[in-house]
Amino acid sequence: MWNYEKRLQYPVHITQTNPKVAQFIISQYGGPDGELSASMRYLAQRYTMPYNEVKGLLTDIGTEELAHMEMICAIVYQLTKNLTPEEIKASGFDKYYVDHTLGLWPQAAGGLPQNAVEFQSKGDPITDLFENMAAEQKARTTYDNILRLVKEPEIADPIRFLREREIVHFQRFGETKRTSNLIPSLIQ
Amino acid sequence: MVEMACNMEQSKLLNWISMVGFAAMDMAEYLDTHPMDLDAMEYYNHLNKMKNQAERDYAANYGPLTLGTFTPENKWCWSVTPWPWEGGM
Repeated sequence: MWNYEKRLQYPVHITQTNPKVAQFIISQYGGPDGELSASMRYLAQRYTMPYNEVKGLLTDIGTEELAHMEMICAIVYQLTKNLTPEEIKASGFDKYYVDHTLGLWPQAAGGLPQNAVEFQSKGDPITDLFENMAAEQKARTTYDNILRLVKEPEIADPIRFLREREIVHFQRFGETKRTSNLIPSLIQ
Repeated sequence: MVEMACNMEQSKLLNWISMVGFAAMDMAEYLDTHPMDLDAMEYYNHLNKMKNQAERDYAANYGPLTLGTFTPENKWCWSVTPWPWEGGM
């Protein structure tokens, strides 16, 4: 089960709304390499993972990804707070607004809804672990793309934090394939 | 003025919880793949102790960050204090 900590993993304080930027950052909520898919991928893969250490890692990283999803949602929420109809029309946010008002809904930058087809749970430990390493790099690339498009420090700062976590998780998933790290009695 | 000083202290404590909480979680993920690393375990225990203490201090002064550090008396502060995505914390 899970418990909630009533704080963001890294602070998000955005003072200037920017619906144009919100429209592509939302991809890290509901897009193909977003945090929601990341969390669901790791939490789903745990059940058939044969090694306890790796079940632990999938649980802890899957949990951290939920905290990242919360940060992305906080960024999108703060970027689109109290918009006027004029601002909504001028920024192109009207297509999202007409279906969701200013509510958070998981979609990709191009408007496609979040979809389980975009993540993998194959039931084979080697396949799943390589999948996860690739997924962390895909998310890192998406954050790099966001950072090329966003220069405002109050937006770029939490995005840089999230980008770095992709690199750490890539490292952790890579380590699971070195059996020398595991407790000897658990290696069959 | 008093309120401003109080808010400064609150955000400093929240920042501290973020720092030690982040480091503890990062160490937990490292320990998942290095379960025999005694130095890392000692560091994890040290961080976790500081996080637990800071969370209890925060709950006593500004309201709970977790239900586990919260003993309600006359008001259910858990839901009425600001929520983290609102940018005010």
